[in-house]
Amino acid sequence: MSETNMNKKNLLSLQIDPEMFAQASEDEKRQADVMSESTSFFKDGMRKLMKNPLAVGSIIALVLIILVIIIAPKIVPYGYEEIIKVGGSKDKTITNLAPFAWSEKEAALIASGTKLFPHIMGTDSLGRDYFIRVIYGTRVSLTVGLFASILVLIIGVLYGSISGYRGGRTDMIMMRIVDIIYSLPDVLIIILLSVVLNQTLNKSNPVVKLLGTNMVAIFIVFGLLYWVGMARLVRGEVLKIKNNEYFLAAKATGASSWHIIRTHVIPNCISVIIITTALQIPSSIFTESFLSFMGMGVQAPMPSLGSLANNARAGLQSYPWQLVFPAMMIVIIVLAFNLLGDGLRDAFDPKLRR
Amino acid sequence: MSTENKSEYLVEVKHLKQYFPVRTGFMKTIPLKAVDDVSFAIKPGETLGLVGESGCGKTTVGRTLMHLYKPTAGEIYFEGRQVTDKNIGEFRRDMQMVFQDPYSSLDPRMTVEDIIGEPLDVHKLYSSKEERREKVMELMNLVGLNAEHATRYVHEFSGGQRQRIGIARALAVNPKFIVCDEPVSALDVSIQAQVINMFEELQEKLGVAYLFIAHDLLVVHHISDRIAVMYLGRMVEMADADELNENPIHPYTLSLLSAVPVPDPKTARASQRIILEGDVPSPLNMPSGCAFRTRCRYATDKCAKECPALTDRGNGHMVACWNR
Repeated sequence: MSETNMNKKNLLSLQIDPEMFAQASEDEKRQADVMSESTSFFKDGMRKLMKNPLAVGSIIALVLIILVIIIAPKIVPYGYEEIIKVGGSKDKTITNLAPFAWSEKEAALIASGTKLFPHIMGTDSLGRDYFIRVIYGTRVSLTVGLFASILVLIIGVLYGSISGYRGGRTDMIMMRIVDIIYSLPDVLIIILLSVVLNQTLNKSNPVVKLLGTNMVAIFIVFGLLYWVGMARLVRGEVLKIKNNEYFLAAKATGASSWHIIRTHVIPNCISVIIITTALQIPSSIFTESFLSFMGMGVQAPMPSLGSLANNARAGLQSYPWQLVFPAMMIVIIVLAFNLLGDGLRDAFDPKLRR
Repeated sequence: MSTENKSEYLVEVKHLKQYFPVRTGFMKTIPLKAVDDVSFAIKPGETLGLVGESGCGKTTVGRTLMHLYKPTAGEIYFEGRQVTDKNIGEFRRDMQMVFQDPYSSLDPRMTVEDIIGEPLDVHKLYSSKEERREKVMELMNLVGLNAEHATRYVHEFSGGQRQRIGIARALAVNPKFIVCDEPVSALDVSIQAQVINMFEELQEKLGVAYLFIAHDLLVVHHISDRIAVMYLGRMVEMADADELNENPIHPYTLSLLSAVPVPDPKTARASQRIILEGDVPSPLNMPSGCAFRTRCRYATDKCAKECPALTDRGNGHMVACWNR
């Protein structure tokens, strides 16, 4: 067939001359077979998270902090409640030392050849090593933040998914309860609860002894008040999922409610849960620090970052580092968790996907 | 068809009603009659097409039939046994559904293998992981998907492929009856033909019965043995597919058929398009008597007073109209 002949015949039909084409080589054929690697939602999210420098930086900072608070108490020879004695006797000049400074007796000991562990952040007004107190304060603050967030996570997810899944009248009643709890003033409740618990709690209970009544009050308040945000978010997600046809499809196959919640509802709102938890941790830490600063946190001599900052207030002009160190720690932790939470949201929220 | 024996039917729906409460003010609700007194029956291996315009209650019929909504009134029988809220679990294996939107009917967090295997999980139809995998592969092969697709997630597939996954899921439990809720309306025309042909092949191979819901009369005529036409929650006409096509009686069916595009321009020019006047009345504020009377050119005073019932005009051709 000649080309001119074909052009005349029909301008619009496919005029393909087979002679103009070459056979594809085996190698080229194989290229067409290769498909992109199948990525799950989770892998995809993690890949995006790892591309975000702020989030990666936050993860590194948090891992470093966690390593330090685990290892440091094993290396530093001072206890958080130990008033340092030099050579078995009290040392009057060891109070309020500047970072890496020595007291008079310590200086004398070092001069005579004994090796001593430096006071990395100096000492406090009672002559306790400040570094180890900040480390323990961070431990307390992080633990409170983490456990309070887990408490919020469990209660919020359960409440929200039940409310959203059941719908109708149940949903309405459950959400009105949430509205009421939202309107309660949290600080007032914590103060009232710690006063009441101080009177009523059995002090010999090992859990209470370990945490102190204020701490128990904080946990109870988190368990009572702070889950409402999570519950609302999860409920909204569940309502959205319920409108998808795959939810009806699962029902049509005869799946039980538990099966549907486990295989469809929770995996589809897991991103919201992860993001909210990551953002809940810094806010819990902040609340704990704030309460400790107000004198309603952990009981002395156990330090927390908030109570350390509060104690440092008195000598602010003479020994400013005593405020700077715990405040820095709070800032770093809260900032890192917030940036990580933002990174998680960018990586996992499909609405923000490009 | 009314003379035939009852037990011959696989699915029988009698006077099905589905009303949804709609809030119209504080503490005040009125019912939205999405499905009002619909009856039909389907034989094993048969396809009943259900057509009507958007919002006429086709999908609601399908979903209520599957007990995804609790019916307001009416009875559903499957193989002669009444299906109720309590015993629906026993029928789930025999009745399945293919959904309209292939984008939202598949869980985006699951692999294809898990989606197709889910009904197997629910009904515990396998004894080992290998057996499950084998069954899933068999189903994927049946609907024309490659075995290598099993580990992929649904966002990696086109609309037609997704609908195949949805069909494989419905077939997983070997159902006798499948409700196809507009399974092709979200697909483009070339893919529609593939999927419809697949539905027909599967029916030949497996002998399943379909309730095929669609708004495209050509599609429904192609696949159905019988066709039912719905308007505003009521059934207005039901007949054999060819009979309905050649001899439509109800004025609504007439106008629907006149709107079907004809491939041959000569015939298209010759045939007259019946254009209905006005809009579909709100289902919250239905006209009295026959729902279609506000747009019907044959309407008389009687239509406003009484609602016509489906009557047999011979040969199983059922029509609900006073005047034709």
